[in-house]
Amino acid sequence: MKLEMKDTPGQLVRVLEPISVCGGNIIAVIHQRDPESESEKLDVQIVLDLPAGRLPALIDQIKALGVDILRIGKERLLHKRSLIMIGHIMHTDISDTVDQIDRTGFAEVSELSLKMPAISERSSARVTIKTANRTDMESAVAILREVAGRKELLVVEPLEEWA
Amino acid sequence: MRVALLGFGSVGQGVARMLGEKDLGLTLTALADSKGGIIDPDGISVPEAFSRKEKSGSCGGQRPKVSALDIVNSDAYDVLVEVTPTNIETGEPALTHIRKALGLRRHVVTSNKGPIALAYRELTRLAGEKGVALRYEATVAGAIPIIHTLRHGLLGNTVAALFGVMNGTCNYILTRMEDEGLSYDQALGEAQEMGYAEKDPTYDVKGLDTALKLVILANTVWGMDAGLADVQVTGIDLITPEAIQLAMEEETAIRLIGEAIPSRDLLRVSPRIIPRNHPLLVEGTLNALTVVADMAGELTFIGKGAGSIETASAVIGDLLYIRERYAGIPEGRPDARRP
Repeated sequence: MKLEMKDTPGQLVRVLEPISVCGGNIIAVIHQRDPESESEKLDVQIVLDLPAGRLPALIDQIKALGVDILRIGKERLLHKRSLIMIGHIMHTDISDTVDQIDRTGFAEVSELSLKMPAISERSSARVTIKTANRTDMESAVAILREVAGRKELLVVEPLEEWA
Repeated sequence: MRVALLGFGSVGQGVARMLGEKDLGLTLTALADSKGGIIDPDGISVPEAFSRKEKSGSCGGQRPKVSALDIVNSDAYDVLVEVTPTNIETGEPALTHIRKALGLRRHVVTSNKGPIALAYRELTRLAGEKGVALRYEATVAGAIPIIHTLRHGLLGNTVAALFGVMNGTCNYILTRMEDEGLSYDQALGEAQEMGYAEKDPTYDVKGLDTALKLVILANTVWGMDAGLADVQVTGIDLITPEAIQLAMEEETAIRLIGEAIPSRDLLRVSPRIIPRNHPLLVEGTLNALTVVADMAGELTFIGKGAGSIETASAVIGDLLYIRERYAGIPEGRPDARRP
């Protein structure tokens, strides 16, 4: 989001505080002051990762500080995970498998790459899922695991980094 | 210190060869395979045992016949080295050998996963009661001293998780599928020709071998009483060359990973996607293990997971540890003590 705020000491820190209160994670703060400018206002751009549904609350809190929000960029789903499925992927209704993820509202299949060696043989697919945060990702993967289990598909998951 | 060696397959032969070649202060006083045995209080000649094995099919051949069990019940040894083939259902005959030897207050060193995975609690309790050692470094990841590290090197640390590539057969098959675009069956056939896979590869490729090793590690680190039934196991036999290609397109690879995370109540063996630059991504028959400890942080060990002399390294290390700990010999490497 792009903010316009008063160029006074401590103002930037005050704006950042509601972000952490809302459970957000700041990815970048871009803040360029033009030395020629006589303006008392300062433009600041903030890129952040926020749990789903918290954006309206954050906007209210920032506005309450007397800061103008000039522009809010597109909300993007930041968490991405690729899994590989093996089995009779087409014959067990691939569009239903994808739909089970998409219809959650918090996760979407953003990429699907399918390899089918021969009609009777098992095929393999790489499925990329996007969500806004890690918790949603775990839920989405659990759904995929359950659906794949029912359809007798093997799911190869990434080994998550230990954190 | 007098050593009785039961089992004269790949591991047994490696141990015998090293006992014969290296001046370790260990005397081989009893030796048996499934066909017969020999006891000699003055020390058995290792070259003669090999030539008997070649001529008659047995390393023993003493008359009247001496069985493995006769040796266990004899006074001929201080430490029993049990390296007979693994039976994952009953643990026998190794389980009986180990129980009896511990009951007679003899130390035991084994490479046999069956008894350690099936009866860990019973055997460690028995060893404790009798005041003797039960060591099993060679059961997991061959030459990598992972059990010693967990039991001694990382003392005082809380271990949060363990991950690893613990089966050289599976790792070889997956590596070959990746490098040459082979099908699973072609890569398995090649592994069998190279002697990396058994004629019946079920135990390795279905993930059971990795699961047993995971159980042994979990029981060692966290004092669990876990068994095979507590592990979620998926093997590599359904992996397709296309799946491996799909992984490679994203700079990743597929490997069979054993994973233990007690805080999530998780013991799992499954094929997983790992980045190409991941420390666990090893090639061929190598093994790799990552330990996550609170003070030490993440540690990764890579080494040969099988092989006659490599596994003998783990057995000999256990033997010399026992000698230092129980026979009043000062600690440290034998070669470092020499003036």
